[in-house]
Amino acid sequence: MAPITRMAAFGRGAIPTSAGLRVGLGRVVSVLFTLLGLLALTFFIGRLLPADPVLAVTGPEVTKATYDRVYLELGLDRSVWQQFLGYIGGVLQGDLGRSTTTGQPVMQDLMRAFPATLELSLAAAIVGSAVGIPLGIAAAVNRGSWIDHIARIIGLAGYSIPIFWMGLMGLFLFYAKLHWVGPSGRVDIFYEGMVPPVTGMMMVDAAIAGDWTVFRSAFAHLILPASVLGYYSTAYISRMTRSFMLEQMTQEYVIAARAKGLSRSAVIWRHAFKNIRVQLLTVVALVFGGLLDGTVLIETVFGWPGVGQYLTRGLQFNDINVVMSTVLMIGVLFLTINVVSDWLYRRLDPRTR
Amino acid sequence: MSEPRLLQLQDLRVSFHSRDGVVDAVRGVSFSLGREKLGIVGESGSGKSMTGRALMRLLPSTATMHAKTMRFGEIDLLAASERQMCQVRGRHIAMIMQDPKYSLNPVVTVGKQITETYRRHRRTGGRAARDYAIEMLDAVKIRDPARVFHQYPHEISGGMGQRVMIAMMLAAEPSLLIADEPTSALDVTVRFEILQLLDELIQSRHLGVLFISHDLNLVRRYCDRVLIMYAGQVVEEIEADRLNEATHPYTRGLLDSMPRIHRPRHRLPVLQRDPAWREPLTADER
Repeated sequence: MAPITRMAAFGRGAIPTSAGLRVGLGRVVSVLFTLLGLLALTFFIGRLLPADPVLAVTGPEVTKATYDRVYLELGLDRSVWQQFLGYIGGVLQGDLGRSTTTGQPVMQDLMRAFPATLELSLAAAIVGSAVGIPLGIAAAVNRGSWIDHIARIIGLAGYSIPIFWMGLMGLFLFYAKLHWVGPSGRVDIFYEGMVPPVTGMMMVDAAIAGDWTVFRSAFAHLILPASVLGYYSTAYISRMTRSFMLEQMTQEYVIAARAKGLSRSAVIWRHAFKNIRVQLLTVVALVFGGLLDGTVLIETVFGWPGVGQYLTRGLQFNDINVVMSTVLMIGVLFLTINVVSDWLYRRLDPRTR
Repeated sequence: MSEPRLLQLQDLRVSFHSRDGVVDAVRGVSFSLGREKLGIVGESGSGKSMTGRALMRLLPSTATMHAKTMRFGEIDLLAASERQMCQVRGRHIAMIMQDPKYSLNPVVTVGKQITETYRRHRRTGGRAARDYAIEMLDAVKIRDPARVFHQYPHEISGGMGQRVMIAMMLAAEPSLLIADEPTSALDVTVRFEILQLLDELIQSRHLGVLFISHDLNLVRRYCDRVLIMYAGQVVEEIEADRLNEATHPYTRGLLDSMPRIHRPRHRLPVLQRDPAWREPLTADER
């Protein structure tokens, strides 16, 4: 998205409305092109998978007549281009095909799995930033001291300890021994289905329904996997924060701010931190994107019915539609994150407006 | 010199410790300063900027400093805690830096950077600080101060940036101003305006100024007194209007290396450096 950003800065002198319109239009076009590329990619993933789409529907024991009928029904006799256009048309109408393993439309499955993953990775990103950013800043402003070393050890541990092991140990300690958190799953079994799904995110739905018992249960189930996942991303966030901050602390404007008599904390938060927000945003957006598709292990350990689990099962059983659609959805998500963070850049950095 | 001295500095030493050994940036600098304009001239690395920074105790963290005396009025700058130094900086001693492109925070509005100084030391409300900041912008001769107040540093020119810098540093009415190459990053045409503005403010506010520069001609015209620094030491101290009578060979060499319009020369002489200039000065040489 860098060229667009530069365009925005370049067009600043021109008439604001037309320049703004041009930039906005440019962004829409670029997003559409990326989307088209993404669709082409998932389409060819579907064609390259070593699975016969007909056999996936019918099962291996099939007569020649049935095989041919399904072959025609799936439109496989058409040219590749026609098939591709048909695929795009289907996607635009929300038709992602049917999953051969669950027997449900993929769209319906994803609508259930995606909010679970979104809830988990959002919570993890919040934990990761809430711990990682202050840790990185503390390390930077106390460079070389014991605080810096401890921050480094905390970060390194989060990065090196296998996430499934940490999940299991967490369950063992905080659930089995201390009873602080819930076991696997998203909510205690007897609360399952008690709140009407609005967003699909259990805590949010419970809050909307005003059912605080379910809310507490959902929180107890979310906190451990989110913390384990968040701790993993803490390492990256804190190291990046530290290096961004170190770079800023030697800048002239920091010395100028100190020369005005500002206190240490005012210099750090009101001056240096304000200058790393844009860079941090990139890091957190990337981490968040990575969390979304990187939750497979933690979803398995915690029996979390999310996208990671869904995709793994789809791959195991050669479920073409599931694989194609999940990849497409993750791609669309990255695109969304990109657009949102691009918009946030503009809000945070006056030079890009 | 009946007036009490603003600043007294004796035997300032600044050194940097690195893996490759110790580098002495400032080696025993002493001077005192009243409400006058004192220039420090020297080449890059002569220790002039570090002297200025040391006075505000704003040296890089890798530096260590020692001095026999470093007093600002009644305040002992050596014994002051970091907390007390925060009261001194901005309020009593302020510093104008070289390039507003780097010394103004790019993501904070001009107005906020000025009010910040004022509110830090005067503890006023936002409204009063805002009015005052606009007054300050007016005092540094910025047209349409109410508009500039809301602008970001990248939206204004270099000359305006330096005016903002001056407004920001003088907002809490300090009595000593350290100007570290305040015009070196500016266009020649703007340079004169900024110097003139600075001079007016110095006169009207009755400030003491430490003017750090590498420009001998500028310092000669601008200051009352000049210190010539070489390799971390003051090799010569002289009244600005008597600079032509300077005796130290380094100063003479500098003066001789300057081109003059009415005496065309084929080639400017290259300064021949005598290793003896680096030797520590004896007590009476200081």
